[in-house]
Amino acid sequence: MFIIKCPYCGERDVTEFSYGGDATRAYPQDPAQATPEDWHAYVYERDNPRGWHVEWWQHSQGCRQWLKLRRNTLTHELGRTALPHEPLSPDDDEGSDA
Amino acid sequence: MTHYSVWSLIKGGLTGQKNWTRAWRDPEPKSSYDVIIIGGGGHGLATAHYLAKLHGVTNVAVLEKGWLGGGNVGRNTTIVRSNYLLDANAHFYEHSLKLWEGLSDDLNYNVMFSQRAVINLAHSKPQLDGFARRGNAMLLNGIDAELLDRDGVQAMVPYFDYSESARFPIYGGLMQRRGGSARHDAVAWGYARSADARGVDLIQNCEVTGFRIEDGRVLGVETTRGFIGAQKVGMAVAGHTSHVAAMAGLNRLPIESHKLQAMVSEGLKPLINQVYTFGAGHFYISQSDKGGLVYGGDLDGYNSYAQRGNYPLIEHVHAAGMALMPSLGRLRLTRHWAGVMDMSMDGSPIIGMTPIEGLYLNAGWCYGGFKATPASGWCFAHTIAQNRPHALNEAFTLNRFETGAQIDERGAGPIPGAH
Ligand SMILES: Cc1cc2nc3c(=O)[nH]c(=O)nc-3n(C[C@H](O)[C@H](O)[C@H](O)COP(=O)(O)OP(=O)(O)OC[C@H]3O[C@@H](n4cnc5c(N)ncnc54)[C@H](O)[C@@H]3O)c2cc1C
Ligand SMILES: [Zn+2]
Repeated sequence: MFIIKCPYCGERDVTEFSYGGDATRAYPQDPAQATPEDWHAYVYERDNPRGWHVEWWQHSQGCRQWLKLRRNTLTHELGRTALPHEPLSPDDDEGSDA
Repeated sequence: MTHYSVWSLIKGGLTGQKNWTRAWRDPEPKSSYDVIIIGGGGHGLATAHYLAKLHGVTNVAVLEKGWLGGGNVGRNTTIVRSNYLLDANAHFYEHSLKLWEGLSDDLNYNVMFSQRAVINLAHSKPQLDGFARRGNAMLLNGIDAELLDRDGVQAMVPYFDYSESARFPIYGGLMQRRGGSARHDAVAWGYARSADARGVDLIQNCEVTGFRIEDGRVLGVETTRGFIGAQKVGMAVAGHTSHVAAMAGLNRLPIESHKLQAMVSEGLKPLINQVYTFGAGHFYISQSDKGGLVYGGDLDGYNSYAQRGNYPLIEHVHAAGMALMPSLGRLRLTRHWAGVMDMSMDGSPIIGMTPIEGLYLNAGWCYGGFKATPASGWCFAHTIAQNRPHALNEAFTLNRFETGAQIDERGAGPIPGAH
């Protein structure tokens, strides 16, 4: 069980959120020019880290906004959350704001 | 090794049970082997058994970071079935089911395989039509299937909610009589004992920490017990595939690790005599020979390597269970646990070659890898020994996602949590 800090609503139970998967994958910048390899990398390939992971969550039972969360997949320790346009990396060391 | 039989039991009874020997040795690793299998779960141990038995490859080590059978093979809910729609899956899982049918004899170990039937419940007419289509596909592939109406299900299990006001009214189901369950630990132990008796070294507390690869060819593995050389290395580490493969330079595989929980109730007299899956509610249930109801549901819902489950899903599974079988609410949950699943991007496994010579990959089992254990080991042993896949696993390649040849049984798309 964990509590996620929504940037808009504050700390809320994880059951209010829906999971959106790995947030480090980048949609091809220019879809018209993207090669099949680019699409394959975006759609199918995953780092799947055993440790810190940056992932999408939607506050679906609350404000319905998407956010990024840094979370450890091995220990379930939580790092900070960020807005969708803000950079957040698995190696982020700005500590936890949860 | 003691051959297990009714005579060895009687002899043990008459001689104070002093005739039993160790089920397998505890050898020191040799400096090199013909084949190293990473992972002492069901698939790794089955691979070793078939390599030795069918291909005469006995200079083999299975390296396990913990203890044999401590991974998913000892954590799953043991449903065995071959009720698939797509040809590649149907043939592979049916081969597995046939191996299950002879497994206790093959291993001289009682794996308690019980063909008590597996029934998928349908909750609408279109869903029942879909099941009829899958059942017909199974029949065309030579696999047994029977379509049941509501009365047919009710005759087998009277305790479900059959009313029209049920959350998901029961319209019928698709039954595979030859499906059922088996004893998970016995499968790991039986394969281990048989592989050991044929000369395979089973090395526990030996974690693979790296690979030695030169000119695109594998030379061996680094482990917590030192370097061990090998002509060929097969990876069968289930939920740990991504980070073990990354040590060999195979980065970003089409896999996510998620956790799945299992739950067991207090023991009861026989109540549920078949295996039921209630897909609409994300719930499935059977009863173990000890009497506990064994059930589970969906993934916890986010990437995880933690072998422990979280409460929201336990509540969800029980809510779903009670929607199907209200009397479940009178029981106590006595145990629950989780395992780390290697969820692939199309819900089907990968058994085959890698771009590195001498390195083979067995992964992507999602929640269905227990039933696959015999065929997975059988096909992986063939692939390693012959250096090419068998017809039964040639569709389960690593590069099928690049070529567009996915095997997406559920049509769920590239969302690993949805398979
Ligand atoms: C709760 C639950 C319910 C399930 N229910 C079913 C079901 O009803 N029917 C069904 O068919 N399937 C089911 N499954 C899926 C099935 O259990 C798995 O797909 C299958 O067991 C995976 O193959 P395995 O047995 O080889 O894996 P495991 O037993 O997990 O073996 C992998 C082994 O690799 C070892 N390892 C990892 N990294 C290293 C390393 N670096 N060095 C050395 N060793 C390493 C691990 O310690 C582990 O022992 C379920 C799984 C779970 C968790
Ligand atoms: Zn919010």
